[in-house]
Amino acid sequence: MTVELLFHLLGVAVVASPNILLAILGVSTLLGHPLDEAVTGRLTSAAVLFGLLPAVVILLLMLAVDTRYVPIELGDWIAIDEEHFHFHLKFVFDRLSVPFTILSFVLCGVVGVFTRRYLHRDAGYNRFFLCYACFFSGIIISSLAGTIETLFFGWEMVGLSSALLIAYFHERENPVRNGARVWSVYRLADAAFLVAAITLHRLTGEGDFAGLMGSGPWPESVANIDPFHALLVGSLLLVAAAGKSALVPFSGWLPRAMEGPTPSSAVFYGSLSVHLGAYLLLRVSPILDQSLVLQAMVVIVGAVSALFGTLMSRTQTDVKNALAYASLTQVGIIVVEIGLGLRYLALIHIIGHAALRTMQLLRAPSLLRDYHNLENAIGSRLSHSSTPLMQLLPLNFRNWCYRFGYERGFLDTLLDNWITHPILQFLRWSDSMERRWTDWLSREPSRESDAVELHPEVNGRDS
Amino acid sequence: MPELHFPWMEVAILLPLAGALCVHFFKNRDLARRLTIVTCMLALVSALGEWIDFASLGKFEAHDHWDLFALLFRKEAFVIDELSAPLLPLAALIYLVTALSTLRTKVGRFSFSWTLVSESILLATLCCRASWTLVVLLVVATIPPWIEMWRRGRCTRVYTWHMAAFAVLLIAGWGWFQWTNRPGEVALVAGALLTAAALLRSGVAPMHCWMTDLFEKATFGTAILFVTPLTGAYAVMRFVLPIAPSWALQSIAIVSLITAVYAAGMALVQLEARRFFCYLFLSNASLVLVGLELATPIGLTGALCVWLSVGISLTGFGITLRGVESRIGRISLADYHGLYDQMPTLAGFFLLTGLASIGFPATVGFVGLELLIEGVVDVYPLIGTAVVGAAALNGIAILLGYFRIFTGRRHRTVVSLRIRPTERVAVLLLSGLILGGGLFPQPGVESRHHAAVELSRQRIGAKLEEPEAVATHAPTDASDD
Repeated sequence: MTVELLFHLLGVAVVASPNILLAILGVSTLLGHPLDEAVTGRLTSAAVLFGLLPAVVILLLMLAVDTRYVPIELGDWIAIDEEHFHFHLKFVFDRLSVPFTILSFVLCGVVGVFTRRYLHRDAGYNRFFLCYACFFSGIIISSLAGTIETLFFGWEMVGLSSALLIAYFHERENPVRNGARVWSVYRLADAAFLVAAITLHRLTGEGDFAGLMGSGPWPESVANIDPFHALLVGSLLLVAAAGKSALVPFSGWLPRAMEGPTPSSAVFYGSLSVHLGAYLLLRVSPILDQSLVLQAMVVIVGAVSALFGTLMSRTQTDVKNALAYASLTQVGIIVVEIGLGLRYLALIHIIGHAALRTMQLLRAPSLLRDYHNLENAIGSRLSHSSTPLMQLLPLNFRNWCYRFGYERGFLDTLLDNWITHPILQFLRWSDSMERRWTDWLSREPSRESDAVELHPEVNGRDS
Repeated sequence: MPELHFPWMEVAILLPLAGALCVHFFKNRDLARRLTIVTCMLALVSALGEWIDFASLGKFEAHDHWDLFALLFRKEAFVIDELSAPLLPLAALIYLVTALSTLRTKVGRFSFSWTLVSESILLATLCCRASWTLVVLLVVATIPPWIEMWRRGRCTRVYTWHMAAFAVLLIAGWGWFQWTNRPGEVALVAGALLTAAALLRSGVAPMHCWMTDLFEKATFGTAILFVTPLTGAYAVMRFVLPIAPSWALQSIAIVSLITAVYAAGMALVQLEARRFFCYLFLSNASLVLVGLELATPIGLTGALCVWLSVGISLTGFGITLRGVESRIGRISLADYHGLYDQMPTLAGFFLLTGLASIGFPATVGFVGLELLIEGVVDVYPLIGTAVVGAAALNGIAILLGYFRIFTGRRHRTVVSLRIRPTERVAVLLLSGLILGGGLFPQPGVESRHHAAVELSRQRIGAKLEEPEAVATHAPTDASDD
């Protein structure tokens, strides 16, 4: 067996493992026979193990044979040769994807084990693990993607599973509202990503990262694209990354995402999903290098997000929101590092931050209990005094910062007032015009739907 | 012309007619439903046989063996080609799953005999190319929904005015094209009339209000069956595409794009499920038109792929909504219903079909949408991004709809609202197609690309022959009635 064949087999195992888990859980749910908790738990553990071990072996082999780039070509999923259209399935193990993939397996495994106990006998256990498997599959595909289309494939799966898990406690309105809000932001970010991918294709004729980023493995590659087009495409990718990583002006969705169960909050917004935007920027960093303006934009977005995050985290009244904004602060700093070209530092920062934040979020429920026990023992509240730096600032300014942080930077309000509401107002006006038109044609009220009961299922209309 | 090995088309067309006649005399609605399901199954088998037989011939077009209509009228009225070959089984499948998912609560209101008649008309329509037969069938197809609304005592004015305009435009356009046979402006006028007719039938804004009115007034099943086969797009493909100049096609593409984005936005503000479905469907159907009007191989391939994926996914989406409506009545989207615990399979299927319609990865819609976007951006680099915007808005609308219907509150009931066996069959059938087509798209894409190339060649051939083609040409038609 040659080294190439071994790489290929191990690489396929890494990619296939979470997808097989998703297929098994998905099919059993579709057939109306969800698996029991024990089986689901064991399958999840097996999927993590059979993906993690090959990934580690690949890392060791790469070190042993001193190679920094291992492509796994699975051929064309779709090909129309006459039109030069190919959807090529290619996965890449390099200095960026291998650490992130191993991190993904480890954290998904930890969260999976945690959840087996955390959601034991919960009615939504199978639903959680189905969404978890979708996320797991998506994050592995995204991190190992060798083409921009493959990355988009995983990107969408991560977004969907995220929104559904935020709305996990779906018998209440708030989680559902917040899930819908997050999904809306994700869809807009996905649209920006798709437009960027198509634009890249048109400009360079390439979707393959190896071709896009030129020669040399990450991070030494040089993109074969001119500065203007780099700015155009890079801006779109920055919007996509900002949406996924909750950077300004999309930071409003991050605290809403804390409605989901603690394990999903940990793995999504503490560790993996929230870093996916930064990962995308790292992956396309050769494009960033082609435009100084783009680099400046990245640094500004990251810096503003970090500033917002630190202000907002200090005004939160619950631990998960505080941790969410603390995550935002760190992600903002990571993005600044990427904009400044400090790629290895950004990658190490991602790994360290992801591990720490996962631990903090998983510990959050028991942390509160620990604080209560401590306060009961000492007989009073724990004291919190402001730092000497804060005491130097004028009181009015401190109060303003508090209100600004408490209102979460007014970002949601701005987006709602300037974008969402005007569009919805126009659409409602159009609806009323259509109603007038059909009423005029009919010579009577034309909409039977106006008389539809709000809750027919409550009024005994069940069949 | 090549011949199939069996009169598949005639059997597929005549079976539902025979079934309608039998069902008409059944007093027992349950027996009528079962007979309808059996008839639809046989029609599907026949349509599949036609497709497989046609594929085995390896030709662009073919007609039936023992062609009864050719014998009687000495003309090949029903001809199948690469474009319409998969549309017949798709149409038969749509009728089958709709019949399968009809619960007893709907049996009293849903006319099975007229459903089978409309299936027969639809299958005959899809076997026709541009001809008077096609014109007549397109006009006649508008009658069953009108009869249903009239019988239910609903106001039919909106529908009548729009469909009457459609009929007049279609007949006038085709008649003008056939009888005058002069080049230049006259052909342009005929083309404009045919285009207006096809776009009206497709529900392109601002001529789409008949569709929302249909969903308001007719039964949900009838409305779904009338729109999801995308007969309007078929009319565009047969009447408009071969003769319209490029500038006209580009104008139509832009209008369709505007409709796609507008309808996607309108779906977000609807407060009732049927209207919500109607706008969602309108948006996706307009994307098909956008691709058809591009007239480039990639764009056409994308449009033909999206046509099939929209037909499968939105039919599934529609029958899911219909299933929920059968259980609780008309669904308001103004508040949350929390029906997940009572209908988990329907909830999952709602999500699957909705995501398939927006081109979510690993579903049947993904590849078609990618190709369509590629084709649109090729021709309109800036405006083409509106397709992406429409898909994004549709995605938001679908999940909002899911959350409204299945989540948000706790709903308790002592009556089981779980999926019934026949519904489960329909769900599994469509899920298999959605996921199978999504994971293994290459055969479908190859077939649609082949058809798209032939369509492009016909269009180029028709343009090269102008003005002689205008004088003598009956586009893509073996028989001119």
